[in-house]
Amino acid sequence: MLFATYIGIGALAHDTHFSLAWALASTALVWAGPAQIILISTLGSGATVLQSAIAVTVSAIRLFPMVVSVLPMMRSPQTKRRHLVLVAHLTAVTLWVECFRFLPQVPQQRRIAFIHGLGGGLISVSLIATTIGYGLAANLSQLFGAAILMLTPLAFLFSTARNCREISDGVALVLGLVLFPLAAMLNSGVDILVSGVTAGTIAYGVHWWRARP
Amino acid sequence: MSGFIGDWHALVILMIAGVFPNQIWRMLGLWLGSGIDEGSELLVWVRAVATAVLAGVIAQILVQPPGALASVPGWLRYTALAAGCAAFFMTRRSIFVGVICGEAVMLAGKWWLG
Repeated sequence: MLFATYIGIGALAHDTHFSLAWALASTALVWAGPAQIILISTLGSGATVLQSAIAVTVSAIRLFPMVVSVLPMMRSPQTKRRHLVLVAHLTAVTLWVECFRFLPQVPQQRRIAFIHGLGGGLISVSLIATTIGYGLAANLSQLFGAAILMLTPLAFLFSTARNCREISDGVALVLGLVLFPLAAMLNSGVDILVSGVTAGTIAYGVHWWRARP
Repeated sequence: MSGFIGDWHALVILMIAGVFPNQIWRMLGLWLGSGIDEGSELLVWVRAVATAVLAGVIAQILVQPPGALASVPGWLRYTALAAGCAAFFMTRRSIFVGVICGEAVMLAGKWWLG
């Protein structure tokens, strides 16, 4: 699915006239599918650098809680902060999901090395996929171009849905989808943030309500 | 080689608009996350917000579609999504089947529309 997403990103970068090196640099350095899609589509549609930066940073806020939730799994009393910089960079939705799946089976001391390996592998695969998508886009009809772009929301939706562990995660996912079109009507420029914080907070409320003694 | 690298100006914009606004949250998480316990209530909340923001990005691609996807009418995008969801749940959460089914419905609908 990661592969499919990055094929989509490569194709999108081609269609908006960015160079292949640009697309590869964005995969390696940004390393967050939604942020890359937002960056490419806003810049491609003529937004200013500042507007794009705001849109990207709003989408990237979700990385903050991801890093916060992943790092305690790696940390031991001997761990220095600089040991975790690369782990923080590698943290993105795919890796975050895999962390919850794999890390409980990995001994505490080996987790940083495990994540470096896993993250490095994922980035390599994504760079290849970006290149393939970029190449394909040059030859695709509009029909298949649309199909490739559709891969992204489907893949993100189902991989998130599969990894909902608690009721709050499921509620957040469904409400987040439903509230975005409403928030978009406000046209505030930070629509995703508005719908995300609202839906997430309601979902937390549901969790709190059910956990009550 | 200039075709591969393109123009340097675009790469600078990538840094300013893409890399920095994105990385700042990771580094803040690294910096401020030290004291937070894995199972804390705050984390349940931040995870719920993270999930909802991602859901918002998914909805945005469907509601305000980029590039070639905009050539597919709205009702067909949502039908494809619904079909993918149905397949996903019927196959006990198979991501692969869900994606294939959603794509198949969209392609079939687009082909039928001509």
